[in-house]
Amino acid sequence: MHQKTEYQPVFTGDQRRKLDEILTRYPNKQAALLPALWMVQDTHGWISQAAMAEVAEVLDLTAAHVEGVATFYTMFHKHPVGEHFIQVCTTSPCNVCGAEDVVAAFLQHTGCDELGATSPDGKFTVLEVECLGACGFATPVLIDDDFIDGVTPDMVPELVARYR
Amino acid sequence: MGYPHEPHPKETVLLSKYFGEQQTRTYDGWVERGGYKTLKMALSMDRQHIIDEVKESGLRGRGGAGFPAGVKWNFMPKERSGPHYLCCNADESEPGTFKDREIMRWTPHALIEGCAITQYAIQAEVCYIYIRGEFTEAIGIMERALAEAYDHGVLGQNAMGSGHQIDMFVHRGAGAYICGEETALMNSIEGKRGNPRIKPPFPATRGLFGMPTTINNVETLAAVPHIIERGSSWYKALSLSNPKSTGTKLFSVCGQVQKPGNYEVVMGFPLKELIYDLCGGMHRGRTLKACIPGGSSVPILNRDEAEACLLDYEGAQQVGTMLGSGGVIVFDDSADMVYQIMQLTHFYAHESCAQCTQCREGTAWITRILRRILAGEGESGDLGLLLELSEHLTGRTICPLADSCAAPVVSGINKFRDEFEAYIKGAKPATAAAV
Repeated sequence: MHQKTEYQPVFTGDQRRKLDEILTRYPNKQAALLPALWMVQDTHGWISQAAMAEVAEVLDLTAAHVEGVATFYTMFHKHPVGEHFIQVCTTSPCNVCGAEDVVAAFLQHTGCDELGATSPDGKFTVLEVECLGACGFATPVLIDDDFIDGVTPDMVPELVARYR
Repeated sequence: MGYPHEPHPKETVLLSKYFGEQQTRTYDGWVERGGYKTLKMALSMDRQHIIDEVKESGLRGRGGAGFPAGVKWNFMPKERSGPHYLCCNADESEPGTFKDREIMRWTPHALIEGCAITQYAIQAEVCYIYIRGEFTEAIGIMERALAEAYDHGVLGQNAMGSGHQIDMFVHRGAGAYICGEETALMNSIEGKRGNPRIKPPFPATRGLFGMPTTINNVETLAAVPHIIERGSSWYKALSLSNPKSTGTKLFSVCGQVQKPGNYEVVMGFPLKELIYDLCGGMHRGRTLKACIPGGSSVPILNRDEAEACLLDYEGAQQVGTMLGSGGVIVFDDSADMVYQIMQLTHFYAHESCAQCTQCREGTAWITRILRRILAGEGESGDLGLLLELSEHLTGRTICPLADSCAAPVVSGINKFRDEFEAYIKGAKPATAAAV
């Protein structure tokens, strides 16, 4: 998928002021790279090449450095995803508690054909993720920024409906 | 399940005392419970005295390595020739571990207080709390608590009116297990890929932004105010088995057990009691098959070993494993160990930073071979091959991620060989291995 409209810069007005405040926390501009990439993703939903170029410019970095960093971290989306991004933990402790059934339920109820694919209505993308750090609350699911503990397959239809 | 639960009589609650109480999250709630008194007192103490108290207390790093915290602090230069930094490692990502999350969710000010005392002791004006990106709730709670701490003058240019500068910021990660490795964590704060650095130089010499730096785990830092308040002798006395392991430890119990959750016990507590008494034992009709006591990076124990294991650094070593982060993963007799070990190696293959060849290739090959075995296409030489690959993963890379991948494979094959062989010999039907 490509962007259909011209790229809207992130770092203007309030967002620029927020970045300027973040920059005061660090001794150099580069250290604000992860926070800046988060701001881009919060605004656009993903991080495009044009966004990386903007970040490079505001932080005095090369676009190559920004891309190298953006592609290292799995939470940064390098392509558009569904309106709601669903991450289900399937690492061993959750796995033995039935996490794979939770994944199957999410795929079924969101209409996503497969992991990583976006549903035809553009609403959801479902992904299996590595340990979410809530192993005693199996199965933890992260929907956008909402961290939900103890999800079982029978809870999935209601959860999906809530975000639809 | 999980929190909040009423503490079990066998628990010793220091860090988890206020888990489940909403009010503790606020500045007022924390002060009502006696919070920030110890910080106030510490800020007028001699710095070296604080370091010596922590050293004397025997407090060891709770992130996994178990290095004595006071000794680590003592590595920091006493004469400042530039900024010093403290990094609080809240990148909790070790499968089976979810204790730091609860400390941040329920007692954010306890962590702030511990960080601030540590900053004062090692002369670090700035502390970055590096929280994994997925912990959205913990990040929000920590940020609100920090804002309140600034509003009340606990932090800032003149922390608690002491004349000392203590600044503290949350730095959000973005999905990389490796950033819990201390040098990768520093690179990540610096706006780089999270590749671990070669040591030496050690962080105390040349760390964050090239300056002397100390990195401590959340649980370690949260324990500091208790030691300063009540003294090292009191803390040192909290030890049930080996005097080299002191204090309380949060154990995150998960997997196939009745009551998973965080349990705080004194070092040296028997793993058997943790599983059967505190956690209510196995599910009905099930028996204990295996247990990983220190997060997924440590060797797997079989039932006999687990039931004999004492939960301290030496006790874990005695049964051939490590205390690690205290993430206790429990498997019952219904668990397919081959499948679960494949899930773990898949985790390491996914999380390898790909800097070292042995790790990048080895973790992926091991996972592929395990999948082949699960798919019923295993070959007679596969177990030997897995052990050989594991040997090449051990002790040959910049950081211990590769070693961590080898641990469940080697211990798994040694202790559950028959399960692997059943797949290879076709005695067990193939499993549709998840991709």
